[in-house]
Amino acid sequence: MPKLLINGIKVEVENGTTVLEAARFLGLPIPTLCDMDGLTPAGACRLCVVEVGSSNGNGNSRTKLLSSCTLPVEEGMVVHTHSARVEKARRLLVEMYVATCPDSKRLQDMASAMGVREVRYSTKHENCIQCGLCVRMCEQQMMAGAIGFAGRGHHRKVSRPFDITDESCRQCGACLYVCPVCEQRCQGSTQKTALCNGCLNFATVCFQSYNDAMCFLDPCHACELGGPIRPDVNVKLRAEK
Amino acid sequence: MPQVDTEAVTGLLAQFEERRSSLIPILQEVQNNYRYLPQPVLKQISVRLHLPLADVYHVATFYNCFTLQPVGKNLVQVCLGTACHVRGAPKVLDRVLSDLKLSQPGTTGDCEYTVRTVRCIGCCGLAPVVRVNDNTHPHMNQAKVKGMLKKYYSKQAARTSG
Amino acid sequence: MPRLNSVKEMEDFRATCLAGRDANKPCLTVCAGSGCVAAGSLTVLEKLRAEVNKRGLEGQIDVKSTGCHGFCERGPVMIVWPEGTFYNQVAAKNVVDIVNSVSNGHKPVEALLYKDPTTGKKYEHEHEVPFYAHQQRVLFGNNGRIDPKDITDYLRVGGYQSLAKVLSKMTPDDVVDSITRSGLRGRGGAGFPTGMKWSLCRKNGKPNGHGEIERYVICNADEGDPGAFMDRSLLEGNPHSVIEGMLIGAFALGAKEGYVYVRAEYPLAVEHLKVAIQQAEEHGILGDSVLGSGMGFRLKIVQGAGAFVCGEETALIASIEGRVGEPHPRPPYPAQKGLYGKPTIINNVKTWASVGHIIGRGWEWYSSIGTEKSKGTMVFSLVGKINNTGLVEVPMGITLREMIYEIGGGIPNGRELKAVQIGGPSGGCIPADLIDLPIDYEQLTKAGSMMGSGGMVVMDDSTCMVDLARYFMEFLEDESCGLCFPCREGTQRMKEILTRICEGGGHEDDLQTLEDLGWVMKETSLCGLGQTAANPVLTTLRYFRNEYLAHIRDEVCPAKVCKKLIMYEIQPTMCNGCGACVAVCAGTAILGEKSKPHKIDQAKCTKCGACLEVCQPNAVLVS
Repeated sequence: MPKLLINGIKVEVENGTTVLEAARFLGLPIPTLCDMDGLTPAGACRLCVVEVGSSNGNGNSRTKLLSSCTLPVEEGMVVHTHSARVEKARRLLVEMYVATCPDSKRLQDMASAMGVREVRYSTKHENCIQCGLCVRMCEQQMMAGAIGFAGRGHHRKVSRPFDITDESCRQCGACLYVCPVCEQRCQGSTQKTALCNGCLNFATVCFQSYNDAMCFLDPCHACELGGPIRPDVNVKLRAEK
Repeated sequence: MPQVDTEAVTGLLAQFEERRSSLIPILQEVQNNYRYLPQPVLKQISVRLHLPLADVYHVATFYNCFTLQPVGKNLVQVCLGTACHVRGAPKVLDRVLSDLKLSQPGTTGDCEYTVRTVRCIGCCGLAPVVRVNDNTHPHMNQAKVKGMLKKYYSKQAARTSG
Repeated sequence: MPRLNSVKEMEDFRATCLAGRDANKPCLTVCAGSGCVAAGSLTVLEKLRAEVNKRGLEGQIDVKSTGCHGFCERGPVMIVWPEGTFYNQVAAKNVVDIVNSVSNGHKPVEALLYKDPTTGKKYEHEHEVPFYAHQQRVLFGNNGRIDPKDITDYLRVGGYQSLAKVLSKMTPDDVVDSITRSGLRGRGGAGFPTGMKWSLCRKNGKPNGHGEIERYVICNADEGDPGAFMDRSLLEGNPHSVIEGMLIGAFALGAKEGYVYVRAEYPLAVEHLKVAIQQAEEHGILGDSVLGSGMGFRLKIVQGAGAFVCGEETALIASIEGRVGEPHPRPPYPAQKGLYGKPTIINNVKTWASVGHIIGRGWEWYSSIGTEKSKGTMVFSLVGKINNTGLVEVPMGITLREMIYEIGGGIPNGRELKAVQIGGPSGGCIPADLIDLPIDYEQLTKAGSMMGSGGMVVMDDSTCMVDLARYFMEFLEDESCGLCFPCREGTQRMKEILTRICEGGGHEDDLQTLEDLGWVMKETSLCGLGQTAANPVLTTLRYFRNEYLAHIRDEVCPAKVCKKLIMYEIQPTMCNGCGACVAVCAGTAILGEKSKPHKIDQAKCTKCGACLEVCQPNAVLVS
């Protein structure tokens, strides 16, 4: 059973375990978008990257960022899940994600959680980040394989073959169910920047200022039903669309 | 779209082993024979190789060599490799497109020409290079484009020979 | 076609072949590499054969087609043996003179000798021509001597001797040891030590039902880098050198099956390889018992289907397996788990071709060439704005200056060197002031670039570096497999920003954004394509920041390339009214009467630049 170090903690796991699984076993919160229990890992979203390897003490770092969901543990591995380098990488990635799908609450929540304060790219309103969960769900759990990717590079997209629903599609809706992006709509696209800041405009009873407002908490009933407590703040309710 | 003879396709498929690794060679053979990958043929292939159609479709749309639409009579490939780029290939491409009245690489309305960009034919010493069918035209420039394209116009050839 | 069932039988056969060819018999070898063919060498070959036959000289003069000689700028090229007289720019009309000179005293045809454009000096022999004189043509040396479709030619120049040595005198450990000590590094791009890779592969693998460990060897002939064509030339011109290397590798690794993955755009290379494999099989050099040794090895050709990303190891493997060319995260490495899950060694064409030489001449000889950490020779395709374009093989450590001025003959039209792009779209630009940089893996990495497959594109001051970066991004955005987010999205975003800058809509913070994008792509992309995709942008930002700033702050393109920032005008004092420009104008924007100065209607001008190309009195000005 290989032994490895994660954030300085020694952990011993079964052969064939991935670093992500080992980290989760330790309770470490590693963000993912394309990972799901029961489906093979894809290594597509890159949010789960961790820093692997150790510096030799001479200022020469021989570490790399690798996706933990696809990385099999090895004896003696040294892993850091939240180093400065990893955090910077995740933040830059999420900035790009939000610009691609500003309407996704999941992505906006991640942006708030990581402290992304600005998005420097033009917004595209794609409703897909190509995590591939729908494709893998259809093939591996539903055993249908009715949808897949088509094309390559910037032309790549999830698609039905020839844009016709194949006879293998049983209309089960599993693809919709697992999509991390087409969840509750956020207000991102209606704002001047791609960042939602919807929560900013709610003056809730529990928080005093923006830096305390954490968007990834589900809004309490007061916010959801009652509307703004502070009439001086200009607000758009989530329910109002 | 020309009609596809399922019998002929079955014969073609029988020449290959019934395993996943035959997929790309099969698609190459079909592309060479029919000049594109007809939808019913892809369906036949997916059945023969026991693969989901979506899977075969992905492979068919991933690689540059495969097209789902028929290719024109003359395949004009403008090389946009680095050496050709540095020696003015983008201008040659623009001229080819404008002469054929295309806004981007594709097939002309009369199916005479299909224009495609290629990244490196490997004749960098002769940049910029344009390949039409099996002929490589070296040292191209905008002035030479019209004459080069005219040589391949089949309706023209038919007229002069008829 | 005798079947050779032992090393001794092969040596006997070799002796027979050598004896059967009179070394003094005149032989005319004409280059039939793709470059020279495009320049008309096949016609020359045809006419030469016809002329020789016409005079009844078939018995006295051999005419042979060979692979690429490397000097593509001067094609068609040919050599007259045994003197080694080198002729360039040979045309059909020269055939009579050539045959005359060979049959009457061998006085060279002066007009066809290479003449140095600056000094005017003429050179008679290939090794004297400056282009070749500075090279060390270990891998390419035989291209000018052998017919790639004739295995006996390969045997005559000593081919398969290394294989014989391995089968009769060495163990797999010996072979791996030699390769390791030679210092050979992968010639496909990253330069990973080959011996180390092979050792790792040998440590991996579980026995199957028959108690054997299955391993594979693969030759990566995808050569996707635009501007690189040395792999093509080697496969076209000397395919057996690659086959021999793979046989030796198979011996060392216990592989019974091998693949050569050739990209779709190289039909001639595929054809020559097919013929070579067939002939090797007929002689028993490939098959169930190689030269009767009991070791079995079969080689198959797999054709690519047009995807740059398939040059990446794991994507290539996926393609052979019948999947889309989407790379797989590493670790595990192919040497541990590769084709069909078995330990696999993938090496580049040039790497395999080097193996035979290392075994044959010894690792000490190989490691004496090159620099401390980069041993051996490297093959570059020297192209772009350079007088002598072609394939160049030089020892590692040669300076860029020597490459460009002594071998390359300098920049044409008296222009100034601006930068050299090395390593294709994964590499970076080296600016002119680093011209004394010795070329090896370490130095290039330090400068921000990468050796890559050996593509070397030379640029003068008429190349806009921002436009170049945008060009590479357009390429990478198209060729990215699209699986992982940072590469798929990052290449698009970079291209978006660069296009905006080229059109005059850039902001200064764009530069920081580009650097951040480059950083995240490098750090988090799944495969080498994404990890190196930002290199062209990052190196041009590093060395040509001023050019970016000019585009952003002043909305000016110093190289006069970016269409939205330039204007074409005809100077009335210089225009002679010939109307040549009107004929080629894409936007029918030029007006003027015959013999009177013409004028460009700016509203219609598409900035195609054709007028500039054809104007004899140089009356067209770009600002």
